[in-house]
Amino acid sequence: MSVDKKLPDPSKLKEEILAKYPPKIARKRAKSMVINDTKLDQQIQSNVRTIPGIITQRGCTYAGCKGVVLGPTRDIINLVHGPIGCSFYAWLTRRNQTDPGPEGPDGENFINYCFSTDMQDSNIVFGGEKKLAQAIQEAYDIFKPKAIGVFSTCPVGLIGDDVHAVSREMKAKLGDCNVFGFSCEGYKGVSQSAGHHIANNQLFRHVVGNDDTKPEGKFNINLLGEYNIGGDGFEIDRIFKACGINVVCTFSGNSTMGAFEQSHMADLNLVMCHRSINYMAEMMETKFGIPWFKVNFIGGESTAKALRKIGEYYEDDDLKAKIEEVIAAELPKVEARAAEARKRTEGKLAMLFVGGSRAHHYQELFKELGMETVSAGYEFGHRDDYEGRKVLPTIKVDADSRNIEELKVEADPERFNPRASDIKLETLKEKGLEVSDYIGMKSDMADQSLIVDDITHWETEKLVDFYKPDIFCAGIKEKYVVQKSGIPLKQLHSYDYGGPYAGFEGAINFYTDIETMLSTSIWKKLKAPWLSKETDPCICAEFVA
Amino acid sequence: MLLRHTPKEIKERKALTINPAKTCQPVGAMYAALGVHGCLPHSHGSQGCCSYHRSVLTRHYKDPVMAGTSSFTEGSSVFGGQANLLQALANMFTIYDPDLVAIHSTCLSETIGDDLNQIVSKAIEDGKVPEGKNVIYCNTPSYIGSHITGFSNMCTGIVKGLAKHTGEAKDQVNILPGWVEPSDMREIKRIAAEMTAKIVMYPDTSDVVDSPQTGEFQMYPDGGATVEDIASSGDSIKTLALGSWASEDAAKLLDSQFKVPYEVLDIPVGLSATDRFVEALANAAKVEVPASFVSERGRLVDVITDMSQYLYGKKVALFGDPDQLIPLTEFLLDLDMIPTHIVSGTPGKKFTKKILELCAEKAPNVNVKNGAQADIFQLHQWMKNEPVDLMLGNTYGKYIARDEDVPFVRYGFPIIDRIGHSYFPTVGYTGGIRLLEKMLGAIMDKIDRDADDTQFELVM
Ligand code: SF4
Ligand code: SF4
Repeated sequence: MSVDKKLPDPSKLKEEILAKYPPKIARKRAKSMVINDTKLDQQIQSNVRTIPGIITQRGCTYAGCKGVVLGPTRDIINLVHGPIGCSFYAWLTRRNQTDPGPEGPDGENFINYCFSTDMQDSNIVFGGEKKLAQAIQEAYDIFKPKAIGVFSTCPVGLIGDDVHAVSREMKAKLGDCNVFGFSCEGYKGVSQSAGHHIANNQLFRHVVGNDDTKPEGKFNINLLGEYNIGGDGFEIDRIFKACGINVVCTFSGNSTMGAFEQSHMADLNLVMCHRSINYMAEMMETKFGIPWFKVNFIGGESTAKALRKIGEYYEDDDLKAKIEEVIAAELPKVEARAAEARKRTEGKLAMLFVGGSRAHHYQELFKELGMETVSAGYEFGHRDDYEGRKVLPTIKVDADSRNIEELKVEADPERFNPRASDIKLETLKEKGLEVSDYIGMKSDMADQSLIVDDITHWETEKLVDFYKPDIFCAGIKEKYVVQKSGIPLKQLHSYDYGGPYAGFEGAINFYTDIETMLSTSIWKKLKAPWLSKETDPCICAEFVA
Repeated sequence: MLLRHTPKEIKERKALTINPAKTCQPVGAMYAALGVHGCLPHSHGSQGCCSYHRSVLTRHYKDPVMAGTSSFTEGSSVFGGQANLLQALANMFTIYDPDLVAIHSTCLSETIGDDLNQIVSKAIEDGKVPEGKNVIYCNTPSYIGSHITGFSNMCTGIVKGLAKHTGEAKDQVNILPGWVEPSDMREIKRIAAEMTAKIVMYPDTSDVVDSPQTGEFQMYPDGGATVEDIASSGDSIKTLALGSWASEDAAKLLDSQFKVPYEVLDIPVGLSATDRFVEALANAAKVEVPASFVSERGRLVDVITDMSQYLYGKKVALFGDPDQLIPLTEFLLDLDMIPTHIVSGTPGKKFTKKILELCAEKAPNVNVKNGAQADIFQLHQWMKNEPVDLMLGNTYGKYIARDEDVPFVRYGFPIIDRIGHSYFPTVGYTGGIRLLEKMLGAIMDKIDRDADDTQFELVM
């Protein structure tokens, strides 16, 4: 399906980009811009500090922790300890859809609320622990939640408030409310990524494993790294249900505390967004013996492939048959829509600079549309997200990453129970399943495509100019910058308020949305008609006369 | 229900803010800085703040919002952010070539105690600021005040960094417009031009965050007050500071530094505040109010007389920023509507005092609260206890409006689910008509929706 055109050589472009930078910065940025050669093991410098003043896409650790991982859980009160802004900006802006569940319209759902201790200067000077304890009490008195998560913002770490101690005290005092803290100050790490790790740690430490009730399904899985943006998780749930697969817990789209607590009772972990959640998969494997493999539900083909992998894992003929039935019912519709859309999308060029997995996953959808990804990169990925987990042992841990706690996890003396034998896992690997593995973005990209990590504004401008892509995928900060250059931008954090884009229905939505964007006629009328005529000497002469 | 956990029963809170009616200082500083031509705002702190501020401004304007960040790491938090800021300045001037950089601090750099004055001096000494370029700065600790405080602080920073006194008096009036939309700034300029009043206005975000789509991205759009114009404001005859919260400090500084006297006025929202503004500007600029203004005003009054039956006695809940809420409340009272619940997260004792004064006669039972814990959770609870007919506020109000089935008009910051605020002003007489149109539209749509078939009206 993919276009087998040879991509243009971006070496000159890279030189031009670097020429503008002061020498030291040019040297650093050069290592984050790699012209792909799939035959080579090329290093892509990533997860390193952003250069001050360079204009980055990146956000902070707090955003990764509160916004991404814990944000979508509906029955916890996420209390942000800090001045007002950090909490305000993370209020509903990530589009995690929630459904109050079997409890119906009165089910617990705090997603629409924003909670903050709104620290004042006196709290900065004299400490904010008292205020935090009081705020936890007030939240409890008004809402009686099952759990309260406390998130630290930058000033909190500096003034030395101990959010963990306060949480412990309040948990003991309240009795029936799980209160726990996150040291996710924005200055830690180098991007949102550190926040994912911190969130994984605390969820694992304080929640996962608290409820040993056996789940009811026959095939019990957890889906990790799926945040139900625009209802993606709902679509995947729909497909699982049709296949007879029971989702014990999604980390963390439309999740509940109860589901997290029980998640260690599942048979299998499926990892969607490797970047944000691989820690959880590994820790659950070590402690409880739950194997994991990488899946991708972005793209019709990928969705079918992911389902078949689950069938392979369970080695159950009924399940396999059911999965084939579902695929047979759904995939043709998807393929038909793709074929229709391809009339307008075939051969068009896409660029994706976003997140820690989407820049990879969404290339699938573009392939299905017959579009070529000429350049891509992550905002907060690590080398393993580009080059695959095989490079993990060779990644140097720098000072910024060393600051992020690594939990020491051991096999649980009672509850460790390897769900699959090593031999079985080896066989699955041989069949091409990414068992405990992720191959990364690089090997899926074309030769001569340009990989850029933590792209800067200057690089964005140059790339747009060079490739003149038909569509650019990034986030809200880049949206209008690129569009003002005459190129439509698809937001892949918020989906431009559309979606879902995951699963079969999602693929159809995506094809249609991209087709729409590429067919929008206004892009041909950006120039005032008289300006294009001005270059015509005859008309100018007429005007002069 | 979207906010199903909000109880009717009100419990006093001392520490917990729920659903705030304010945000933090730096976003205001960033917005103000965008109102200077050729300016690149810079956030001195960790990169998250900058990313959030750019995002919310971008969502509100659907236009590019460029800014740099010092990208603090744990090390800079321990040792101070000087090295990061020096490097950032050098990089921004080399790579992005702005005319000037406007630095604001964040909670983090404030808590550390970074001295912007000293760091900027060092940057200049070290040759990191090219000839002819400027660096201005202000402190914006978010644990004090709100986004409005940050806007005000950057206005002061602009005066401090750019205004000059040449000794040669200029026949012009300074207008500090306060935190209003680019459409409002454009309208203020139009009003002044129509009156032939010569003005210098800053910040001026028109033609910056409402920039045209031409197929060519301009990192520094055509708009924004120029450095030269701002410099000349030290020689002006007078300053009109619109809105005490956003503009008074900068006006004071122009006075103390350059002896330019000032007058604080309400932002000209609604009839009475616009009347005062027009007269004050005519006086300051020593011009006559042109006849066309009698017509402009008359059109607004005409709409009110035509439609007052739909407005009279209607209860209104509103939340937002003090400089807007005060004239808006006055306007509602002019319309014989009843301001019933009013909330602003921005502190300042004079706010409640002023609102109570305004409402004393016609709405003596008004609920009003501002500052810490004055949030829209509180507003919502008040609304549950005393329902209203109309609600005004930023986009977050729509969750309450839907739950309580109240007609809702978006007003304030941020508006991230509708367009219009960038293009159609709410200041001046014409802006008053737009506000009325919106309020009437919301109220009358509900009348239409709720009328049963027999009572459904054609003409209203
Ligand atoms: S740390 Fe302060 S400046 Fe940064 S987002 Fe939070 S409140 Fe705003
Ligand atoms: S203050 Fe820190 S935690 Fe808050 S937004 Fe800024 S960088 Fe993130």
